[in-house]
Amino acid sequence: MPTIQEVTDEVLQLAAGQFKVPRAELSAGDDFFKKLGIDSLQALALLSHIENHFHIELPDYELQGVTDFRTLAARIHARL
Amino acid sequence: MLDLREYSSLGSALRAALERWPDETCLIEAERERENCRLTYRQFKEKALPLTRALQDSGLAAGSRAAIIMTNQSKWLISAYAIFYCGGVLVPLDYKLSAREHVQLLAHSKAEFAIVEYFLWRAIMQAAGFSGLQVKTVLVTEAPANAELNGAKRWEEFRDGREPTFVERQRKDWASIVYSSGTGGRPKGCVMTHENYLEQCIALTSLFPFWPGARYLSILPTNHAIDFMVGFIGPFVCGATVVHLRTLRPEFIRDAFTRYHITYITVVPLILKNLERGLRERFAALPAGKRKVLNGLIAANRAFTRKRPRLWLSRLLLRDVHSAFGGELRAMFVGGAFTEPSTLQLLYDLGIPVGNGYGLTEAGTVITLNDFKPFRADTVGKALPGTEVRIVNPGVDGVGEVAARGKTIMSHYLDDPEMTAATIVDGWLMTGDLGRLEPSGHLQLLGRKKNMIVTEGGKNVYPEDIENAFDSLPIKEFGVFAANYVWPQRTMLGEQLLLVAHVDDASRGGDELRSRIAERNRMLPDFKRISGFLLWTSDFPRTASMKIKREALAEEIRIKTDRSAMLLL
Repeated sequence: MPTIQEVTDEVLQLAAGQFKVPRAELSAGDDFFKKLGIDSLQALALLSHIENHFHIELPDYELQGVTDFRTLAARIHARL
Repeated sequence: MLDLREYSSLGSALRAALERWPDETCLIEAERERENCRLTYRQFKEKALPLTRALQDSGLAAGSRAAIIMTNQSKWLISAYAIFYCGGVLVPLDYKLSAREHVQLLAHSKAEFAIVEYFLWRAIMQAAGFSGLQVKTVLVTEAPANAELNGAKRWEEFRDGREPTFVERQRKDWASIVYSSGTGGRPKGCVMTHENYLEQCIALTSLFPFWPGARYLSILPTNHAIDFMVGFIGPFVCGATVVHLRTLRPEFIRDAFTRYHITYITVVPLILKNLERGLRERFAALPAGKRKVLNGLIAANRAFTRKRPRLWLSRLLLRDVHSAFGGELRAMFVGGAFTEPSTLQLLYDLGIPVGNGYGLTEAGTVITLNDFKPFRADTVGKALPGTEVRIVNPGVDGVGEVAARGKTIMSHYLDDPEMTAATIVDGWLMTGDLGRLEPSGHLQLLGRKKNMIVTEGGKNVYPEDIENAFDSLPIKEFGVFAANYVWPQRTMLGEQLLLVAHVDDASRGGDELRSRIAERNRMLPDFKRISGFLLWTSDFPRTASMKIKREALAEEIRIKTDRSAMLLL
């Protein structure tokens, strides 16, 4: 099973790819709404992308109150 | 539909609905493409009554306040029905608030009962102030087998097979306490009566009827006044079906249209804009020939529907577009915030009428609604039957504050006679919004008088509520304002928040302050963030109790500066 660090790296990679941002500009503590300039609907689209990548199902509520990549990665890790 | 004039409460009307259409489907709950449950009105009753009896045994009686904090799902409506059956007062809280805010509103509403989804309860148990809560009975839905519930009971096991006693309420009795704002300084708990809802339901269904077989896709939170009315009460008293989708992912919403042949849906402007963007992209990607044909069909549809919608014709002309929406969509409603006329017009020209309107929680959902006779995308429609609208102190251009009167207007703000007196004046609800009434009765909204903004996602943001995020910055004093309150604009679009910072010298230290403010701003949820700040060098006018005189300060700023003085973040 991947470590949280590995999951975090993969999430950052996926977000960078989906929203066309250089990977080097993203870090784990970033607020993804602000950094990627996305709204809540686009954040849900990112969640779908992440699900396909990790082959898991993430209910919408896992995003409730989450704004940074690190916390999001921890939620994903808990479901692997 | 039921003749709602015969009923004195939501409890009695809903109870009659369950008897009237026992074999019609009342609820479908889907988890993405999987269906969790499908209930007829009879099955809904069979699920609700044992819960009702158990709540009664726990002391839920006439006037007891019971909160629901849940996403849109079948247990929301079953629980609400149980509360009304007992004569209770429903306190529907927004599940999207933070756990701390949930705790604050549970305390403010003096709720004795709370019904909460497990993932929300998990956060509430950790929130500041939780240990001081006075809630007597908490039911938690969908809790994992070994979850620590801190004294709460499991919703699924909280049942008693004996028949409950129906408790009748009168029209003027409280039906609910609905919060129309956050928790910052002053929670606004709108006390709604049974009459408010019954009258609103009569008016809305006279314009947009439901019937057995009609299907409403419920994606706006049910705690919101609109979904509570058109995603619960309206369909139920007409024997129609409510479809709950437990995700807001666009791909599953799209799928639900075709899977369930949806008749009506309500969305917020953000979703509508997303839809518009998707449609325009798809049209642009068509080969030139096909695009030309499509444009021709849209033009023909526009010409034929100029005076009123002709659904059958639109479905014939624009078959592919309508098939993508399930083929049976009659109208979409948009609520929660102002929508750009161009978005509404595009959908109307495709034969998908969007019933835009204007409402406030305080007005029991809707004040005006577009009736499509003819469709006027530049207005928010005409007053609902039974509601009067007038413009207070209009200027020479006819623009003034919009006021509304009728049986749907709330009773009062909970425990706040001062705010009630300022809001309901001689029976008229003063909305704080600016508008102009046309001779045809159509209302045009043209800005706000009050210091607040509404986001495209339909969230009301009161500047005072976010001020504590900027405490202890190196400035003498500060206040947060809606930029349009300081520098009025004749629009409801693109509303922004502004921080006014009192500094000694406006020419120094701006960059450092900018980064400190930006840092604090990031701590706020995206929809509550400020867009810029203003450096101000005079003392703020204050009351004897040292509160900022916001109106006076805004006026001073308005006289001395214009919008270009705002330093964008």
